[in-house]
Amino acid sequence: MIDKTVASPAAAVAGIPDGATVMVGGFGTAGIPFELIDALIAHGARELTLVNNNAGNGDTGVAALIREGRVRRIVCSFPRQVDSWHFDAAWKAGAIELELVPQGNLAERIRAAGAGIGAFFTPTGFGTALAEGKETRVIDGRGHVLERPIRADYALIKAERADRWGNLVYHSTARNFGPVMAGAARCTIAQVREIVKLGALDPEAIVTPGIFVHRVVVVRDPATPRSA
Amino acid sequence: MANLPRWTHDEMARKVAQDIRDGAYVNLGIGLPTRVANHLPPGREIVLHSENGVLGMGPAPAPGCEDPELINAGKQAVTLLPGGSYFNSADSFAMMRGGHLDICVLGAFQVSVRGDLANWHTGAADAIPAVGGAMDLALGAKQVFVMMEHLTRSGTSKLVAQCSCPVTALACVARVYTDLAVIDVGADGLAVRDLVPGLAFEELLRLSGVPLAAPTR
Repeated sequence: MIDKTVASPAAAVAGIPDGATVMVGGFGTAGIPFELIDALIAHGARELTLVNNNAGNGDTGVAALIREGRVRRIVCSFPRQVDSWHFDAAWKAGAIELELVPQGNLAERIRAAGAGIGAFFTPTGFGTALAEGKETRVIDGRGHVLERPIRADYALIKAERADRWGNLVYHSTARNFGPVMAGAARCTIAQVREIVKLGALDPEAIVTPGIFVHRVVVVRDPATPRSA
Repeated sequence: MANLPRWTHDEMARKVAQDIRDGAYVNLGIGLPTRVANHLPPGREIVLHSENGVLGMGPAPAPGCEDPELINAGKQAVTLLPGGSYFNSADSFAMMRGGHLDICVLGAFQVSVRGDLANWHTGAADAIPAVGGAMDLALGAKQVFVMMEHLTRSGTSKLVAQCSCPVTALACVARVYTDLAVIDVGADGLAVRDLVPGLAFEELLRLSGVPLAAPTR
């Protein structure tokens, strides 16, 4: 019998070691698995490499993880925001390393990892500072840049509903990076508002099939702070 | 310079909106381009795309009806129109990268005579860099429109022979809407298609500092 449900966010993040690469779903504050991040902070893993579209908003979520000094390196597309003060301070102090990736390359590199693709050529970034040092090729008259997949040890994502097999459906723009991150991590952990009986999710509407998901935990009333 | 006749931001937005055809799939960038949504001509069905995974984005919800997880790329609460859909970030960027969007409207620091775009980084040494979807948008839409002030605060032209700010993408801009003129970027360089009333073409040419073809009418 397959049962991927775990009892608590603490149990869900158990075993994440120091130095792990951890993907975190979310765009701005939509789809951020705040309770899993809180559990990761309490768990204590350090020297993490974080993959997220942003670098934290306000004082919670990814921002709190950075404030606590747990993040050595962050891979993201848009770190600078009006309320990214914890990242800004860490970056100015030289306490955090930044790999800045165009958002489409970030999503596609994550997707590529989940799909077993070795690398891919894309026009995005060609001729810009973000392609410096990367292999390039002209394909059909257009300049392309070679981009490699981004894999992770763990992915922390937020969905709306799951079953015990780990099938997921999401809520509006909270899905963003969740479905692609789920495929790119060795262990994908989803927090959901509700777990339903096997067979209760419409198979035509399942967004992330359970094969990509390893642990599921219920957070019935998740925090969704507004962006500043 | 303070006495120059200028189009307001809303007048600029209206000009962009008038050039968006019925049935177009359109991405409006953060900042000035967002304003275009307020001026879309009635009777045209125009589908707005947001990079965080929405097609068919509607206006801001009534106060108190915001869903903190239904937001646009600028992280503001939005609504979904009938027929709208949600999708993940890789699919959302495939819509740009695969050339499926008809138009994207972006802000800019500079546009070069070849249509190179600089809009993601001022180049200041102490600035924290952030790129988001800018590089994908600049290459992904069939037509890239830029909305920007014609001149910087110190009065230098934002139309340039060569971008001095770090570029976002090369030779990608189709048309530029400024507070002084609407300018097409073509194989032969820049051509003025509209000019703010009261400004002589020769004066625009002098302010711009780059070669411009005169409007044909």
